[in-house]
Amino acid sequence: MKRKTPYGLLAAPLLWLVVAYLGALASIFATAFFTTDSFTNEVVPGFSLDNFRALATGTYAGIVGRTLLIAALVTVLCVGLAVPFAFVMARVVPARWRSVGLALVLVPLWASYLVKAYAWRAMLQPEGVLERTLGGTPGYGFVAVVLTLTYLWLPYMILPVYAGFERLPESHLEASADLGGSDWATFRRVVLPALGPSIAAGTVFTFSLSLGDYIAVSIVGGKLQMLGTAVLQNNVLDLPFAAALGTVSVVIMVIYLVAMRRTGALENL
Amino acid sequence: MRRPNPLRLAAIAAVGALALGACGSSSTTPSGSGSTAPGGMKVPDLKPLDKLGTAEGKVSVLAWPGYVEDGSNDPKVDWISDFEKASGCEVSVKTFGTSDEAVQLMRTGQYDVVSASGDATLRLIAAGDVEPINTSLLKNYGDIFESLKMQKHNSVNGVAYGAPHGRGANLLMYRTDLVSPAPDSWAAVFDNVGGQKGKVTAYDSPIYIADAALYLMKTKPDLGIKNPYALDEKQLAAAVDLLKAQKANVGEYWSDYLKQIQAFKAGTSTVGTTWQVIVNVAKGEGAKVEAVLPKEGATGWSDTWMLSAKSQAKTCGYLLIDHLTSPKANAAIAEYFGEAPGNKKACAETADKNHCATFHAEDEAYFSQVWYWNTPIEACLDGRTDVKCTDYATWTKAWTEIRG
Repeated sequence: MKRKTPYGLLAAPLLWLVVAYLGALASIFATAFFTTDSFTNEVVPGFSLDNFRALATGTYAGIVGRTLLIAALVTVLCVGLAVPFAFVMARVVPARWRSVGLALVLVPLWASYLVKAYAWRAMLQPEGVLERTLGGTPGYGFVAVVLTLTYLWLPYMILPVYAGFERLPESHLEASADLGGSDWATFRRVVLPALGPSIAAGTVFTFSLSLGDYIAVSIVGGKLQMLGTAVLQNNVLDLPFAAALGTVSVVIMVIYLVAMRRTGALENL
Repeated sequence: MRRPNPLRLAAIAAVGALALGACGSSSTTPSGSGSTAPGGMKVPDLKPLDKLGTAEGKVSVLAWPGYVEDGSNDPKVDWISDFEKASGCEVSVKTFGTSDEAVQLMRTGQYDVVSASGDATLRLIAAGDVEPINTSLLKNYGDIFESLKMQKHNSVNGVAYGAPHGRGANLLMYRTDLVSPAPDSWAAVFDNVGGQKGKVTAYDSPIYIADAALYLMKTKPDLGIKNPYALDEKQLAAAVDLLKAQKANVGEYWSDYLKQIQAFKAGTSTVGTTWQVIVNVAKGEGAKVEAVLPKEGATGWSDTWMLSAKSQAKTCGYLLIDHLTSPKANAAIAEYFGEAPGNKKACAETADKNHCATFHAEDEAYFSQVWYWNTPIEACLDGRTDVKCTDYATWTKAWTEIRG
């Protein structure tokens, strides 16, 4: 070898990546072909496509569809909230207040995920904060899950979008104004296209985190079942089937990431 | 993206194969040698402990909530601290919400002792997760009700696999201020929900299918259900239909008992299946709740303390099981959890002298109305031979379908 590459330094993280990460994924995928003993629920190695066949039934198609819908809604809501917020923070607020805004966005990340989910459970209950201030509550279920997940993942969307606004050269905005573009035209034709990759990067977080969530949904979801809760239930009773279900979310994420790569989002992470 | 290096791909494949090999060999059933119990269940050949050694210093327990209390939840509720001092075994507790969770956690080999209900015991025995018990090493074993010992769910071929702990029934809990008239039938959660639409709660486990089957057994005799754990395909389909119809009225399913207490306090759940301990804790926190044993009877449990075959603290395990089934501790647990104690002498130790009468500790006629949790298998448990019954794996799939 002519050029010296610090392979020694890379050995430990590479080993971790390959064994603990890819190895685990591979073994999950392989387990999906195993079956269980119908009496003891123990895993029996073998090869069977039954688990994947069972996935094709209406029940699981419904669960996967519902999970995708929730992940998409959460992502759309996060974009809708994050873009104006990040714009104000990066472009309107005087520079010395920006760090304060950034801190406000980051503060919720210091609190435990469980605490925040249970706080939403308390707020959503009858006679909770929502009912007392707004006069009504959606109760536990679909809407509650979308609300809670949007709250939980919003910072992960604001941060890349804020960074995108920061990178946007002032001269582009001035050029647009000089050419007679209105504020709205500037936003739509200059800002948004430049921001695309940043938004796409944010959606990778909000979409994937929503897709795999099982805790928030079990706290505020009522009787709602998502991919994560179905995996959890089967994790206890039928590990190979849980593995097959887990494979579904991996496949969805791979497709999503490939699609996002085309937008250049992965360079913005 | 750079082109993948074929050498690197090969390395990944090799490591993947290694990981697979390892995972394949670790999950094989410990069969081969071993005896076969009536009903065709294969049981691995394990030997019980001959004699106790010195205390190992610590022991970890997997228990239903309320069974192993060391004062950390409520300083007044403590039957472990004194044991720890006397025995030299420090006790750590992990609670579980369903039998399925218990079986899965027990398989990790991290726990020495488990309180297993009848729908977990045989699964643990058949998989070699728990070992036979040398009953002569348990001082209190002789005082346990004969009707609980050497039953189908806690012994195989005349070998005891644990010390019976106690038994009870799943009750129907309701908010006294919101549900009127007071329910006396499971119809309150199935056919006759009334104004409680959207506030019914149900237990989140496939074993809850038996609750629906029990209700059908009493209300639809033409289905011919004789045992809620022995359902042929037609009977299971009827139970599944009932539960699917129930789902429209359900607000939340529960398996975490603290979440159920919170839901009843907040009024998001107003009626549903429960355990006596939940009623007690909820009342203690000021919730307006009451519980009844409905006229159809109920599903219930008969629990057994079992010892892990992989335990490194078997002496402490035996000492703890002996302590938990001793008259005083057994009485304290029975009163706190709200169940009939397993030890005869516990009846003299309860704070409420009527406890054993209230919970029918010696009333076999009463317990013939309570269907202890059991694992459904293909061979019908009610003795039918002309038809195949649905096993627990089928129930599991059905439950996910019900939950949708």
